[in-house]
Amino acid sequence: MSVALSAQDITRALTRISHEILEKNQGSANIVLLGIPTRGAHLATRISSIIASIEGSEVPTGTLDITLFRDDLRMRPPRAIMPTKIPTSGIEGKDVILVDDVLFSGRTIRAALDALGEIGRPRAVQLAALVDRGHRELPIKADFIGKNLPTSKSQSVRVLLSEIDGRDEVTIEEGAEL
Amino acid sequence: MRHLLSIADLNKSEAISILDTATELARVSDGAVKKLPTLRGRTIVNLFAEDSTRTRISFEAAAKRLSADVINFSAKGSSVSKGESLKDTAMTLQAMGADAVVIRHSASGAAQRLADSQWMSGSVINAGDGTHEHPSQALLDAFTIRKHLGMGASDLAGLNVAIVGDILHSRVARSNVLLLVMLGAKVTLVAPPTLLPVGIQNWPATVSYDFDSEIPHVDVVMMLRVQQERMSDLFFPNAREYSRYFGLNGERMASMKSGAIVMHPGPMNRGLEISAEVADSARSVITEQVTNGVSVRMAILYVLLAGGALEVGSN
Repeated sequence: MSVALSAQDITRALTRISHEILEKNQGSANIVLLGIPTRGAHLATRISSIIASIEGSEVPTGTLDITLFRDDLRMRPPRAIMPTKIPTSGIEGKDVILVDDVLFSGRTIRAALDALGEIGRPRAVQLAALVDRGHRELPIKADFIGKNLPTSKSQSVRVLLSEIDGRDEVTIEEGAEL
Repeated sequence: MRHLLSIADLNKSEAISILDTATELARVSDGAVKKLPTLRGRTIVNLFAEDSTRTRISFEAAAKRLSADVINFSAKGSSVSKGESLKDTAMTLQAMGADAVVIRHSASGAAQRLADSQWMSGSVINAGDGTHEHPSQALLDAFTIRKHLGMGASDLAGLNVAIVGDILHSRVARSNVLLLVMLGAKVTLVAPPTLLPVGIQNWPATVSYDFDSEIPHVDVVMMLRVQQERMSDLFFPNAREYSRYFGLNGERMASMKSGAIVMHPGPMNRGLEISAEVADSARSVITEQVTNGVSVRMAILYVLLAGGALEVGSN
């Protein structure tokens, strides 16, 4: 096991991502942050509060569970469905920024795009990920990346966040995840 | 979990996870687009060898909202009415590639028989077998109670539920006693002695013959249908006497706790076990039970069919 990002690295990466989001979208006026449970949702909340401290105004933030839209459901035991909470302002005509912890095959994001389509029609969809570990299986790329981690497929990347795991850390471990 | 045959097969955390899944799926039913791709390509057969409106439609709606293909199969108008056995019917369904069979049958244990046999490989969901169990009804009742009175808790600890009426013939009562007690509620069965099954003393519930003394203490009154079609004997002198002692009318409803709710699994005999005034009152959550039934059955189908636990090793 090796530590790829320390707690401080994570904070710095999220701060930079927040600035990049504001830069690319010329402020926070039209953006909606949607985190993909579980850890993406916490990251979205953190980015939201960083943006709020920079801009001085709240950003609509919610969660988007994509379990029901996955294409690999049959390959695994049933997963629990996590809450989907769309901000009351909705996503119609907004610039939606999806937030996830690790970008890997891209299948989660494909499912997220399908899930978004059921809710409304955003003006644009962007993607922020704390870690991009490569090995894409679909033509999907992130707009905002905390860190590019070159990994082999036999390794697994673990993101720990203080909200659920008690500490902030990103590690690379040997042995593929299930 | 491969089959849902009986509440007795579930443990508390499995039951709560079905209810939690249903809570999330209920949001889908509230949304503009009531359709999810989750079970695309799966075939679900509704095998109803006994009459049913809401359970069959509810399972059908649930399956369709998850994009499964649904084949409805009722005894009337099929080869079952020509005397085809359950085995031959099951083997036909297997040959057609059914991923799940939702079965309603007048014989207690029919679902179990189908699941234990090697006749078919799909999941079996019990939608009511004789006077034995009706697990999806109990789950939707628990879901409805939790939504109204759970105050955010995941279980039903501390709630008092009275199940009133024809306990003897009721698979709904049987499943509900098992589930509600498992979730921490205290259940009282209220019925005339003739409508209680043999061995009732071994059920994890108390028994009362006096509806009026129980009604002020309970949070939920669950009325059961008097199942005249299953009654070959005389269980009470006449309908008016039954209604007087064990029916829920406006007067009895007035002595209920504030916030207490009235439930009925349907179909109702208005004027017999429940008066029209009560059925249409603000305390009645009877139509909401039907709405919740779709969400709960979506959750059941999701839990049984969405995952491919068997394929993990091969991946």
